[in-house]
Amino acid sequence: MVFACAALMRPFGTPPSMMDDYIINNSQQETGTNNVVSAVVFDYRGYDTLGEATVLFLTATAVIMLFRDRKGEGTN
Amino acid sequence: MSKIVRTTAQFLTPAILLYGLYLIVHGHVTSGGGFQGGAVFASSAALLVVAFGSKHVAAFLKEHHLVVLSSSGALIFIGLAFAGMGVTFFYNLFVGSPLFGNIPAYGSNPEDIWTGGTVPLMNFAVAMNVVAGLSAIVIAMGLALRIR
Repeated sequence: MVFACAALMRPFGTPPSMMDDYIINNSQQETGTNNVVSAVVFDYRGYDTLGEATVLFLTATAVIMLFRDRKGEGTN
Repeated sequence: MSKIVRTTAQFLTPAILLYGLYLIVHGHVTSGGGFQGGAVFASSAALLVVAFGSKHVAAFLKEHHLVVLSSSGALIFIGLAFAGMGVTFFYNLFVGSPLFGNIPAYGSNPEDIWTGGTVPLMNFAVAMNVVAGLSAIVIAMGLALRIR
């Protein structure tokens, strides 16, 4: 099965280029953003960025929780 | 730390803050964005902790202020995502409106700044989240390790 998939795979360097061509051609028209990377990160793949922001927020919360001064002697 | 380190940190901190702000507010035009600019911004907090000590920094960057800033950034981000709910989640509803609504011509034209719809606002919200979160992490670890 693995060998069959490897044999049927597209040659390296020629990706199936419908999606990226679409984004490169239409992102300025659709999102009005000159930076296509920003358009992908904040518009087309907004869910991914939402997850990243949530992970960072939870990390900050967990670090503050773990490193908090237990006796309350610090200014923290 | 010694006087040399403290003086150098005093000179470097405004430059780092300015560069981080540039990366954040130009994130929709040139490379950069909320995450990268926020990380640069928060690195100045690390520099200040190393140079001046964590107690000193924690005296004016309070934990509850940072937590409020981080949470409000995340809430603004989710609110902007829900604002396009009339069409889809994360719909860019400000394209064509007076707020960041210019539609640029096809090709490379970085001189058109008033573009992007919700993208610059989301950049700013994510930057608030990242700046406050990373600064809070650095200051909390510095306080726990008693860096002075």
